[in-house]
Amino acid sequence: MGMTMTEKILARAAGKERVAPGDLVMAKVDLCLGNDVTAPVAIDEFEKAGFERVFDPEKIALIPDHFTPNKDIKSAGLVKQMRQFAAKHGITHFYDVGRVGIEHAFLPEQGLVGPGDVVVGADSHTCTYGALGAFATGVGSTDLAGAMATGEAWFRVPETHCYTVEGSLGPFVTGKDVILFIIGQIGVDGALYKAMEFAGSAIRGLSMDSRFTICNMAIEAGGKSGIIAPDEVTRAYVEGRFRREPRYYTSDPDCWYEKTYFWRAEEIPLMVAKPHLPSNTEPAAELDSVKIDQVVIGSCTNGRIEDLRQAAEVLRGRKVHKDVRLIVIPATQAIWQQANDEGLLDVFVEAEGVVSAPTCGPCLGGHMGILAEGERAVATTNRNFVGRMGHPGSEVYLAGPYVAAASAVAGHIATPEQIGVAAPATPAGGPGVAGERGQA
Amino acid sequence: MTALRGRAWTFGRDIDTDLIIPARYLNMKTAEELAAHVMEDADPTFASKVQPGDIVVAQENFGCGSSREHAPLALKGAGVSVVIAKSFARIFYRNAFNTGLPILVAPEAVDGTNRGDELSVDLATGEIVNLTTGKTYQAQPLPPFMRELVEVGGLLPYLKKRAAAG
Repeated sequence: MGMTMTEKILARAAGKERVAPGDLVMAKVDLCLGNDVTAPVAIDEFEKAGFERVFDPEKIALIPDHFTPNKDIKSAGLVKQMRQFAAKHGITHFYDVGRVGIEHAFLPEQGLVGPGDVVVGADSHTCTYGALGAFATGVGSTDLAGAMATGEAWFRVPETHCYTVEGSLGPFVTGKDVILFIIGQIGVDGALYKAMEFAGSAIRGLSMDSRFTICNMAIEAGGKSGIIAPDEVTRAYVEGRFRREPRYYTSDPDCWYEKTYFWRAEEIPLMVAKPHLPSNTEPAAELDSVKIDQVVIGSCTNGRIEDLRQAAEVLRGRKVHKDVRLIVIPATQAIWQQANDEGLLDVFVEAEGVVSAPTCGPCLGGHMGILAEGERAVATTNRNFVGRMGHPGSEVYLAGPYVAAASAVAGHIATPEQIGVAAPATPAGGPGVAGERGQA
Repeated sequence: MTALRGRAWTFGRDIDTDLIIPARYLNMKTAEELAAHVMEDADPTFASKVQPGDIVVAQENFGCGSSREHAPLALKGAGVSVVIAKSFARIFYRNAFNTGLPILVAPEAVDGTNRGDELSVDLATGEIVNLTTGKTYQAQPLPPFMRELVEVGGLLPYLKKRAAAG
């Protein structure tokens, strides 16, 4: 029997000819990642255990993005601890404010993760990099400490579930709608412990940015990882950007999938996930009675250049509703600059939205747009748990950039069609390389 | 190993890490600081009422969401001795072992427990006794590798031992 690409990558990293689901392997990691919430705990554990040096200062990324620019004194202390640890151990990939971006947009953009890699990150959305054909998974701080010390991590080889979407996505329908639709179908533990492989012509027709969005939310179905077979879109993104040699793996035709799913792209509408689970989905067009107070466009899920272009397409020449605050957060410095070059930031400001520095910020209720009791937001982020963006009595509705921007204009949940935006000439999220300034 | 004993605190399914420890407190990192806010958005009285040794009993997918190790740390800091659930989200499962918070998968025990019941748990055998109802349940056995991790005192001691063995 053949292997899935996830099994092939883990076999390679474990120095084995082949692995099968259920096998426990010790795998070499190509990069390990921590942020300002998780790295300080990892550093404490690393030091407490008495490790004296990191396995490879080139293969550790320390990315302060959650509460940066530092929101308070305690947060400043956490980043200071990372900065000092990076200096002490000569860690190359520590990036401070002005150079940093949201980790899961930043690492691919900078060519620090790529096809065939094994990546562990002390952040649950590390699964994003599967869009490049990598095995990438979230771990906790102690696992990160172990990886920083030894360059290895243990894994139970996951069973793979294959999600096939064939056909052409409708107008304004993007990767976010696809993944919300899938999570709505299978539930928040529908892929618990599994590798989620996304396939089919609708997936192959998506840009890298949309693919990152899909793999980013694998964790919201309980997945260990998300992965998309590398193709010409992947190669175009990786070439001249990825700093190591890419290793392209695809699943064998005779590999074993524990479960397979199949949907027609045409049956996927513009989606919204209602409070308080990402699986609580409903078509956006049916939620126009839901009035809102705030819209957030950004995050590791939807803060890339394509997302900002989509939001600007809706907001150009329009104003944000008088009762709504619009907060736009480009995910990295390069994306910010590209959006500026393309005039997108002007569009947001003229629409009376505010543009923030790159940060995770409000996505996890950190700063830069916290909700009061009873307030309601539409956000392009990834979680709508109780209290996620502020007060436990506030609510978050998850959507893609088109719906978020249209809702900002309408003052309630709305689709672009509902506010009179003409369908785009080219299909949403079509092939193309976004983040052209990524090498900055 | 002597059995753990405590009162049960029951919770529903999909108890996410934002409910266990809201992100607004992630500018802190010690178990003591975090314990003051544990389960705050699921049950605001929990942190003040939980007693050392008490046991959290939950339905499916406990600990879903973020990778924050602050979640098991906060539960440990509050004195929770063990979490029993029908299933756990995978990052939380790893983190619990790595931080030394015992967890057991025991669907029948979850169904047979009401809030406030007195439970006795033997981690070595996986036997759970509901002292209030007199019923006994068996947790799923730990995978051998996880048992090895627990025996050497967690992930980092395991890795050190492995490195020393060359």
